[in-house]
This record gives sequence, C-alpha cells and structure tokens, in this order.
Amino acid sequence: MTAARIAGPLVSVSVPPLEIPALVLPALVDTLVMVGIVMSIVVLLGVPLGALVHNLAPGGLVENAALHRPLSAVISIGRSLPFLILMASIMPFTRLITGTNIGIAAAVVPMAIAGIAFFTRIVENSLRGVPADLVRVSRAAGASPLQIVRTVQLGEAVPSIIGGLTINTIAMIEYSAIAGTIGAGGIGYVAVTYGYQRFDHGVMVATILTLVALVALVQFAGDRLVRVATPRARITRATTPRSIPA
Amino acid sequence: MIKIDRLTKRYGDPETGPLVLDSLSLQVATREIAAVVGPSGAGKSTLAQCTTLLERPTSGSIVVNGDELTGLGARELRLARRRIGTIFQSDGLLSRRTAAQNIALPLEYLGVTKAGVRARVGELLDRVGLLDRAHHYPHELSGGQRQRVGIARALALRPTVLLSDEATSGLDPDSTASIVALLAELRDELDLSILFITHEMETVLAVADTVARLDRGRIVESGALVDLLRDPDSELGATLRPHRAAQQAGAGEAPWRVQYGEDGVPADWLSVLAAELGSPVSLLGASIETVHGRVVGHATIGLRATDAPLTVAALRRLGLEGVPVSQPTAAPARARALETAS
Repeated sequence: MTAARIAGPLVSVSVPPLEIPALVLPALVDTLVMVGIVMSIVVLLGVPLGALVHNLAPGGLVENAALHRPLSAVISIGRSLPFLILMASIMPFTRLITGTNIGIAAAVVPMAIAGIAFFTRIVENSLRGVPADLVRVSRAAGASPLQIVRTVQLGEAVPSIIGGLTINTIAMIEYSAIAGTIGAGGIGYVAVTYGYQRFDHGVMVATILTLVALVALVQFAGDRLVRVATPRARITRATTPRSIPA
Repeated sequence: MIKIDRLTKRYGDPETGPLVLDSLSLQVATREIAAVVGPSGAGKSTLAQCTTLLERPTSGSIVVNGDELTGLGARELRLARRRIGTIFQSDGLLSRRTAAQNIALPLEYLGVTKAGVRARVGELLDRVGLLDRAHHYPHELSGGQRQRVGIARALALRPTVLLSDEATSGLDPDSTASIVALLAELRDELDLSILFITHEMETVLAVADTVARLDRGRIVESGALVDLLRDPDSELGATLRPHRAAQQAGAGEAPWRVQYGEDGVPADWLSVLAAELGSPVSLLGASIETVHGRVVGHATIGLRATDAPLTVAALRRLGLEGVPVSQPTAAPARARALETAS
C-alpha cells in the first residue's frame, strides 16, 4: 500500500468537477461490459453445473457419489479463495487464454471463474428448495431426468434463481472494482488511480455514488423480475370469483 | 387391471435391510376400486412407490394388462410408468404453471403436438369440471380444485390403472366427497382399475369395492367391502364401521355383536329371539344402511342366556350372525350422557 502511494504523483492534481463525468462514464461503460460478459458466461455455465451438482448428490436424479465429490470439491475451492488471491494465482492461465495480464479481457477470466463457482452454489441451493413431491409427480408421469430438470427443478426455481442472479451480479460489480486494481479498467480502476493514488476526493465520491446507484439499480431490477416470475406475488385477479366448490 | 404378485421390498441391503413389504399380493380388476388401508408405517407409501416403480421392488412382480413392469430398463420403465396414472396427497402442481399447463405436462413429456395438447387438456378440464379455471394458478384454486387438476393430469396419458396415494387426505369433507364421486365416475367411464391407498375409513366406505388391510408389510385381511362389513368376526369390518352401541349391557347381561345376513331379517327379530332363548333381549344399539346397493345392518344386544352355541344357532335361524363381545362396545361418554338424559 505504501509502495502504491509513493509510486503515485506526490502533488495531487484534482480533476475539475465538470470533467468528472467524462472520466467516470466511460469507466462505467467498461464496468457494464465486463460484468455483462462475465454474467453471460456465469449463467451459461453456472445453471447446468448447479443442476448437475444438485442431481449427482445423494437423492438426486442421477445420484453418483464418485462424480459428485470431486466436482463439489472443485467448486468449493473456487468459492473459498478471496477474489484478489484467485485473480493473482491464475494469472498464467489468464494470459494463456487472453494473451494479456491487464485490461477487461484479463479481468473477465478470474471474474468468470469466481462467478461460476458462486452461481453454481446459488443454483444448487435454489433447486434444493423445490419440493421433492413435485419431482416424484413428474417421474410418475414418465419424465426423463432432463425433462424433470427443465420443467420441474429449474422451472419452479426461476424466482429463486433470479434472486441469486441479482446477488451474483452485485458481487461481480464488486469483483470488477477489485479487478480494477490490476488495471482492468472500469469504475474500480478510476477509483484506485484517481481517488486512492492521487487523493482526488471528487473522483472518489463520484465513483462511490456511481457504484451505489448501479448496485441499487441492479437490486431493484432483480426484485421486480422475481415478482414477475412468481405467480403468487403478482396481483391476483381480484374480479375472479373463487367460490365454486371443488 | 393390475396384478401385484409377491412384492417384497427391503430398503438398503436386499438380504438384511429392513423389510417394508413382505411378499404382498394384490389384484385390482378393471372397473374396480381396491382400497388399501393400514396404520402409518404399515408400508402403504412404499406400496405406492413400488407400484409406480419409483422405488424398485426387491423381488416380486407388477403386471399391468398382462405386461410385466418389473425388471425393465430405465427407458422402458419411463414409458411403462405412463400406463399408471398417479394422484398424490400433495397435489404436486407446479406453482408457476396454470391449471391447463400443469395438465399438459405429461403430454409435453411425451412430445405431443401443441394442437394435440390443447385438445386433450380442454377435454380433461371439462371432465373434471374446471374449464373456467384453466388459466388459474394453483394458489388461486381450492384444495379440492387442485386435486381435480391432479386427477386430470394423471389421466392425461389415458392410463388403465390409477393409483391414488392418500389423495383425499387433508381435504375438507365436501371436497373429499366430490373427489371420491369423481373417481367412481371415471372408473366407470374409462374402465380404470383404481388402487386407492388411504387411512380414511369413511372414504373407503364411500368408494371401495374391495378392501385390504396392510400391517407390517403384509396384507392381513382382505375381501369385498360388503362381505367384510357383514362378517361379525372381521376386524377390518369393525374398523370400517366402528360399532358404537348407545347403551352398555345391564347387570347380568352379556353384550353380543350381531350382523344382518344377505336375506331379509324379520322386523320383530328381537322378540322372536327372546322367545326362542326364553329370556329377555335388550337392544343396546343398531344401524342399518345400504352399501353398494346391499343392506348392511348391525346391532349390539344384551343377552341373559349364556349358552353361546345355542344363541348363535338361534340367530342364524333369523338370518343373523352374532358373536359375544368380551368388552362392552358402548362409548362410555355417550352412554353416560344418555343415562343422565333419561
């Protein structure tokens, strides 16, 4: 930390307030691109992985302890490393894939790995909340495991998975800021280089406000989507009489 | 029809694991409703699970319309399951699908075309009387309506066997009655064999043709409902129609349980019996009703005569079957209330 401070300019030159948007807005776009790419990868891989882990576990549709244990262990490792350490430790791998150590491309790799591990557990947990009875009914109706995963497990867990997706997206915004410290660009990068290294409080406040607004927006959108996806939570058709006896 | 033959289920180890079903044999003919009753832990749920082959039996066989279902591979088994419709205690409806979409589910699994699904779902909704509830979500339906959707879904693939696993448990009496009536109608319309697993004796009385009592994984008693009700020795008959004499036997009187036979019983059988035995007979409680169009009557009487074989013979001559009851069958609270009233 001290090294970083010394490396920064000794005399702090503040960005004029009117120029702050020109600095922060492109960074916000970078952050959105980064998080967008990462979340696409996370959903694409995390949903099937979560369903797989859930159904390989004892009592699952394709119960298999020999496969479940190693898969679950790998995910746990991904979940247990603090992001900064994960990011640093897989740098050779990142360079292998993207050819670089810095920039958005380089940040996407560790973020996606951390995000997939995170989301796999979220999906697994959501599927666990689907009553076993529903699975039993569909099995009795002759459904294949894949049909059950799609219609019953994922179908019923949609609101819960969307809720998890919101949490995950916000975590990825946070990770993108951490990735900013290794020059990944985005809001985090601006916060570190201007706010932290140059003691530019104006930029610091602007980045904080931007992040708070972004997280609030994601949370709001997520909550709305959960409501839309939950029939029980929707406004019930009050005009429909419900007095017909069974 | 469905034929279950020497079905045995052990959980865990097939040799030493806990025995849940013990060489159980059971047959449900076409257009028959066979009730299976028994205390919790008797193996009712396991029987249901094994019948749909959700649980693999340890040994024994399940034959539906002549086709052996046990021993099938995973894929064939999935197809075979479609021949047995199942309704569960929990209606098992997907909360994010409407009634119509829930009924469509088994058809979708089978890969039926959209138009085919729509037509069949419409038919089913109409049959269970929920056409106007097609686009309601499960939480917008009553318990009885949800179970009707469950029945429609179970029938979507035109099964020949319907398994009802405690389907009316937890419903209010009116809903139960209407569900039971619907099942009886469907049995006649669709030539179904219905295996009706329940712990509700009232429901059994209302719907079953035959009853089997399951205890510790074995069928300990079974037969046609009316026969069981008429058999004074039948424990199952007594459970189905609990004998509640209004009064207790007086001092020096022995209570007897009497069952009406197939033929008519003289209206003045009490006085005829008293004359034959040469001692007074007091009526402690009685009921006569019609079950499946046949008269089922029973009474509890107090007798002073002690010669049991003589009494049994005298009762037989009147078309009655009687057994002495060791304990007075009167419900004490009720009897006491009557005493105070008089």
